[in-house]
Amino acid sequence: MSHFIDRRLNGKNKSTVNRQRFLKRYKSQLKRSVADAVNKRSITDIDSGERVGIPSKDISEPVFHHGKGGTRDMVHPGNKDFVTGDQIRRPEGGGGDGSGQGKAGKSGKGDDDFVFELSREEFMDLLFDDLELPNLVRNQLMGTTEFKTVRAGYSTDGSPSNIDVVRSLKGAIARRTAIGAPLRARVRELEEELRILIDSGIEETDIRVREIREEIDRLRTRITALPFIDTFDLRYQSFTKLPEPTSKAVMVCIMDVSGSMDQVRKNLAKRFFILLYLFLQRNYDKIDVIFIRHHTIAQEVDEQEFFYSRETGGTVVSSALNLAYDILKERYDSSVWNIYAAQASDGDNWDSDSTVCRDLLVEKLMPLMRYFAYVEITPRQHQSLWYAYQEVRATHRHFAMQEIDGAEDIFPVFRELFKRQEA
Amino acid sequence: MTKNIISDSSEWSFPLLERFDREIGNLAHNVYGLDTYANQIEVISSEQMIDAYSSVGLPINYQHWSFGKQFVATEQTYRRGQMGLAYEIVINSDPCIAYLMEENTLPMQALVIAHACYGHNSFFKGNYLFRTWTSADAIIDYLVFARRYIAECEERYGEAEVETLLDSCHALMNHGVDRYKRPTPLTLAEEQRRQKDRAAYLQSMVNDLWRTLPTVEGDDGAEKDLRWPEEPQENLLYFIEKNAPLLEPWQREIVRIVRKMGQYFYPQRQTQVMNEGWATFWHYTLMNHLYDEGFVTDGFMMEFLQSHTGVVFQPTFDKPYYNGINPYALGFAMMRDIRRICEQPTDEDRLWFPDIAGGDWLKALDFAMRNFKDESFIAQYLSPTVMRDLRLFAICDDDREEHLEVTAIHEEQGYRALRQALAEQYNLGSREPNIQVFNVDRRGDRSLTLRHYRHNRRPLGDSAEEMLRHIRRLWGFTVRLETLDENGRTQLIGEC
Repeated sequence: MSHFIDRRLNGKNKSTVNRQRFLKRYKSQLKRSVADAVNKRSITDIDSGERVGIPSKDISEPVFHHGKGGTRDMVHPGNKDFVTGDQIRRPEGGGGDGSGQGKAGKSGKGDDDFVFELSREEFMDLLFDDLELPNLVRNQLMGTTEFKTVRAGYSTDGSPSNIDVVRSLKGAIARRTAIGAPLRARVRELEEELRILIDSGIEETDIRVREIREEIDRLRTRITALPFIDTFDLRYQSFTKLPEPTSKAVMVCIMDVSGSMDQVRKNLAKRFFILLYLFLQRNYDKIDVIFIRHHTIAQEVDEQEFFYSRETGGTVVSSALNLAYDILKERYDSSVWNIYAAQASDGDNWDSDSTVCRDLLVEKLMPLMRYFAYVEITPRQHQSLWYAYQEVRATHRHFAMQEIDGAEDIFPVFRELFKRQEA
Repeated sequence: MTKNIISDSSEWSFPLLERFDREIGNLAHNVYGLDTYANQIEVISSEQMIDAYSSVGLPINYQHWSFGKQFVATEQTYRRGQMGLAYEIVINSDPCIAYLMEENTLPMQALVIAHACYGHNSFFKGNYLFRTWTSADAIIDYLVFARRYIAECEERYGEAEVETLLDSCHALMNHGVDRYKRPTPLTLAEEQRRQKDRAAYLQSMVNDLWRTLPTVEGDDGAEKDLRWPEEPQENLLYFIEKNAPLLEPWQREIVRIVRKMGQYFYPQRQTQVMNEGWATFWHYTLMNHLYDEGFVTDGFMMEFLQSHTGVVFQPTFDKPYYNGINPYALGFAMMRDIRRICEQPTDEDRLWFPDIAGGDWLKALDFAMRNFKDESFIAQYLSPTVMRDLRLFAICDDDREEHLEVTAIHEEQGYRALRQALAEQYNLGSREPNIQVFNVDRRGDRSLTLRHYRHNRRPLGDSAEEMLRHIRRLWGFTVRLETLDENGRTQLIGEC
C-alpha cells in the first residue's frame, strides 16, 4: 500500500528562519568579513551580493571526541603488497607515500573558512549596520512639493479609462435583482393561481385564464426590459493625491584633479564616493549625482571623465564650491531636495584661497546642506585648507572631515563619519 | 517479453510511478517476503530537498541556528556543483515517508522506490535496534510536540535563552542514551498529558535532593564517603535532566526533547553498514527481477547500473579521494555474500558458516537483518571471501612506535583478527570517548565530576574545555572532568 503525494508546490523556504538565526548569531564575524570584502573587491561591482567567510572554529559545534595519540587499529581496503608484520612509515599530514590513513581529511579540515553567499540586501544591511544619515530631516511639506497618487475607493463618475468593470457589473446585477423582484414575485403568484385553475379542470378559453396569461406575458416583458447596464451602475476607480515628504537626494561629488592627485588617490576617492552613494540609496528613492572636478577652474563633468581624465595645474578649491553653489541654486531647490556633498582632495590649495573657501561654505553652502563630508587623502602634513575647514566644523555640526591614508582606511573613516549619533 | 515493458521513456509521471511501485511492492512482499510499513511517497523539488537535508532529514523540526548553518553549507556546495543531492531521504516513521526528487529520471525514481520504500522501510520495521529505540508510529507527533513546545518557550523566555540551552544540549546529544535500558516509547498524547505533572514532580524531587535544612549532627560522618550517584551514569543528558539543581521545569523539558532526538538517531548511527547494505541489496535484487520479467528495457538497466555501481564503489586506500570504508560497498558485499553462501557454498563457507551454508537465503538474510547491529553483524558475517574481494588489511597505529604496523591481511592466519578489528571499528563504544557521571558533591559545593575512561591510551580531543563550559551551563555549578587511565590513575583534565 503506497500513497503518492505531490509536495512540489509546498513552500520551499522552510529553512529561512534557521538561516536568519544563523546570520544573526554570527553578525559580528560577518561584519568583519563584509568590511574586508569592501576594501578588497573592485569598485565597480560593489553593489552586489558577496561571498563571506567565517572561521570554521568559531561556528563549530563541539562534541566529545578522541584526540590524537594512543593506539588505534584501522582496517583499510585495497591491499596490494603488504604482508603481516610490515612496518610502514607514518604518513606526514595528508602525504604521499601511499599508506594513507584517511586521517588527513579530518584533521586538515579545521582551519578553512566556512564560506557562503550573502544576498545583496543582507550584504548592504551588514555593511551599513549602525550607520545613520546625520540630520535625516525629511523636507517639510511646502505648498505643492510632491504628490503621490493613491487609491481612494470608488466614485460614481470619472474618466472612462478608470471604469471598474467588475464593480460596475456587480452593481448592475444588484439593480436588476432589486427592481425585478416584485415583478417576479407577482409572476410566481399568477402562475400558482393558473396551475390551480387548470388543475381544477377549467378550460383554456376561460376568461380568467386568459387574463392571467396576458398579465404574466406583460410582467415578463417588463422584466426583460430592465436595462442590462445603466449609467447609474457605473463605478470608477478613484485616485487621490497625497502630499508626500520628499525623498529625493542630490549628491555633489567634488574632487581635486590637479597634478598632485594621481590615479591611486582618485581610486580612493572613488571608493569613498561609491560608499556614500550606496548609503544614500538605502535612504532615498531617487538620487541625482553631480560630479564637479577642479584644478584652478571647476567643471561639471560626467562620471567617466570625473574619475579617469587627467589634468594638471594648480588648485583653487573655491572655484568648485562656487560652481556647486550655482548648480544647486539653479537646479536643486533645497526645499525639495536633500542635498549632500562629499569633497575629496589631497589638501593642496592656493594659500589665500582657503579662507575664501571657508567663507563660501559658511555663508552660502552649509545652509543648503544636509551633510558635507570632506576627506583628505594625504600622508603628508595638513595644509591651509584643512585648518580653514576646521573652523567650519567648529560652528557646523553637519560638516565632517577625516583623513585617509590608504584603501584600508576608507571604510573605517566612512563609518566614523556616519556612525549613529547618541541622542 | 517486450509487451510487459512499463515505459521506455526516461520521463516519469505519477501513473508510471504508481505502476512501478505496484510491481516492486508485489515482488518485495509476495516473492521475497519483505515486511514493510505502508509507504508515503512524496515528490519534492531540489530546494525542498535541501530544506529536508538541513533539518537532519526530518520533515519537521524545531528552529535552531545550527540547522541554518547546515542549510547554508548544503546550498552552497550544491550550487557550486561540488555535491549532488542524495537521491532520497527516508524517514523511520509509520507510514514510512520517502522523498523523491522531481529532477530524477524514471529509472532513478524506480531505484529510489526499491531502495527506500522497500529496503530501508523493511529494515526500520524489522531491525531490533529500531524496534527497541524508536516508535515509528509516534515520531512525527512527537516532533510536532517538540517544535511547538520550543517555540512556546522562545516566546515566553526569549530566543537567546532557548538557543544557548539548545546549544549545550546538542553538544551532549550523543551522551543522551542508556545503552542497556529499553526506553519508553514516545507518543504525543502521553507526552502532553504527562509533561505538566512531570515538570512539577521533577522540581519537587530536585528541591528535595538539594534541601538545605540542617541535618542532625553525627549522621553526616557515615554518609560522607558515599559517592553519589552510587554507580557511574553514562547518560549525561538524562542525569542532568533529572538532577541539575538550577534548571527550570521548561529547561528540563527541552533537555528531554534533545535527549529523545538523540535516542531516535541512536539506531541509525549503529546500523549504517547494515541499513545501507540491506537497502542496496534489495534495490539491486528487485531491479534485476523487474528486468528478468521484462518490465524494463536495456537502457533502463544501463542507467540503473551506472548509478548503482557509483553508489557501491570502494576506492582503495591509496587513492587521493579515499575516505574510509564506504558503508554501501561493505554492506552490499556482505549481504550478497550471505546469499551466495546459502546458494553456492564452498568448503570454506561450510567451515565458517555451518549454520547457513546451503540453507534458505531469504531466511538467513532476514535473521541477519533483524538481530544485529554493524559491530555484531561484521563480527558474525564478514566472510573470508569478502575480505579477499575488498583486499582488507589492518594497521596498528601506536604513537609510541615510529612505524605503523600491518597486523593482519586477507590470508588464512589473518581472517579472524581482521574481522575483529573491523567490527571494533564500528563499535560506537570505542568510536566515541567513554564519559560518565562519577560524583556529585552533594554536601559541599554541588560540583559535578565527570570521568573519562581511557581506552587504548587515546586522550580526549581538544574540544573538552568547550564541552565543560556547556555542561557547566546546564549543571549550574562547578564541573570537573578527570581521566582514568589504564593503570587506574586519575588525572584532572579541566574544571569549569
